[in-house]
Amino acid sequence: MIVAERKPFDEIKEMTKGFKKVLNVGCGGCTSICMAGGQREVGLLNEELKNAWAQEKASIQIDAFTIERQCNADFFKELDQIVKPYEAILSMACGAGVQFVADRYPNKPVFPALNTVFVGVDRDLGWFEENCRTCRECVLGETAGVCPLTRCAKSLFNGPCGGTSREGNCEVSKDTPCAWFEIYKRLKEQNRLENILKVKPAREWRNQTRGTLIQEAFKTRYAK
Amino acid sequence: MKSGSRLERTLEAGHFAFTGELGPPQGANVEAVRKKASYLKGIVDAVNITDNQTAVVRMSSWGAGLIAIQEGLEPNYQMVCRDRNRIAMQSDILGAYAHGIRNMLCLSGDHQQFGNHPLTKGVFDIDSIQLINMVKGMRDDKKFLNGDEIDGAPQIFIGAAANPFAEPFEWRVHRLAKKVSAGADFIQTQCIYDMNMFREWMKQANDMGLTEKVHILAGITPLKSGGMARYMAKNVSGIIIPDEIIERIVQAKKAAEEGIKICVEQIEELKEMKGVHGIHLMAIEWEHRVPEIAERAKLVPRPQV
Repeated sequence: MIVAERKPFDEIKEMTKGFKKVLNVGCGGCTSICMAGGQREVGLLNEELKNAWAQEKASIQIDAFTIERQCNADFFKELDQIVKPYEAILSMACGAGVQFVADRYPNKPVFPALNTVFVGVDRDLGWFEENCRTCRECVLGETAGVCPLTRCAKSLFNGPCGGTSREGNCEVSKDTPCAWFEIYKRLKEQNRLENILKVKPAREWRNQTRGTLIQEAFKTRYAK
Repeated sequence: MKSGSRLERTLEAGHFAFTGELGPPQGANVEAVRKKASYLKGIVDAVNITDNQTAVVRMSSWGAGLIAIQEGLEPNYQMVCRDRNRIAMQSDILGAYAHGIRNMLCLSGDHQQFGNHPLTKGVFDIDSIQLINMVKGMRDDKKFLNGDEIDGAPQIFIGAAANPFAEPFEWRVHRLAKKVSAGADFIQTQCIYDMNMFREWMKQANDMGLTEKVHILAGITPLKSGGMARYMAKNVSGIIIPDEIIERIVQAKKAAEEGIKICVEQIEELKEMKGVHGIHLMAIEWEHRVPEIAERAKLVPRPQV
């Protein structure tokens, strides 16, 4: 899932400055699951904003509306109907959702209330870890399910570097396991070390321009 | 001859090589480079010019390398993968070669987090092994990484680093083998303090036939004080200093003298080790002590090749 966290309150407050009527739009997708931008978090943020602006005697109306997902037009029908009177929109979706909202209402200022942090997993309740950098050329089959791009601090494809600690941790942090130590350990257990014996050639970076994907079955449908 | 560099000629003639290290200044202080070079001239076969070591901005490695050439020293141009993509790397290699640089050491580089711009964007477009392979392709196939022909291919003697002292230990010799198959002509190791571990790694390298394909220069860093020994042992990942070495330095009346004594003993021992073809002395901010160490370890006079 996409993991996000709320921006510092003062930064969000500053975004809403000067507007009389703001709509805070929550997302029921990933940011709701990671407890950063769902219905509950929209409510909490609005309370904080109202209180803060009330203390400064500023008159501002901040309403809440959460849709199922901010990354698909099918979920915008109700929002389309109510959005008109608002001068600005706060979005509690990931960066993709914020842009989708901004594209849909190009005349309105749209502000992100969250920072999108990574594609990751739940390590435990409220504890997330990054596991994928969306490189578009997955090597996990060779590396025993450990991503060298994401989990090695130097993104080495022929690791490990010389900085692996005695405990098998990365030189950048004693709390971070060395990805290549893990890769080595697992491949050895699986008797597949030959996977990493050969030099892995320089990579072709395929994610340096914006991606668009049209599935094979839909190619004729979107043909220009 | 691949490059005809002095270092290559020394090693190919079967001499025991001796390389030093010169860390460029944090500025355009040419005199600082000349001064450090003056201690090493005539003492070493080549001098590594570090590339923004510990991710702290310094005069570029090739820039300081050109000053070294003016001073009569042969540079070993260090290049890390942290700061440049493949376009910049290939371009810099051509520029450096055009100005007379003939040796290179290909490294991943210390992570930017350790340096003085910790939140810069780390490049790591290619890794150190891919860099070795790229330089070999430029030299031997006269082709850029994308396969395009090079108009005037750089004839570089290709170096790589190896660390026998980092986990997973049993994988380290295989990593050496990968560097050799990628095209490394010579290896400079991480600084050695645990001679038993190093001997074991060398045995593995000998057994795998790697020492017939690559020249291994054993890395040595003299310890200046008990504090330095303790700090390195505790804080630098991938360096192992046995307790007895730390004790010797800590107990010594003159720690620096003891450090040099240990260093000379190590060099004597390494000279006798099968497969070790030279010493790489990393006397960090201690360049002025190199002549004395070289003298006492009988590494001078250097052979004329």
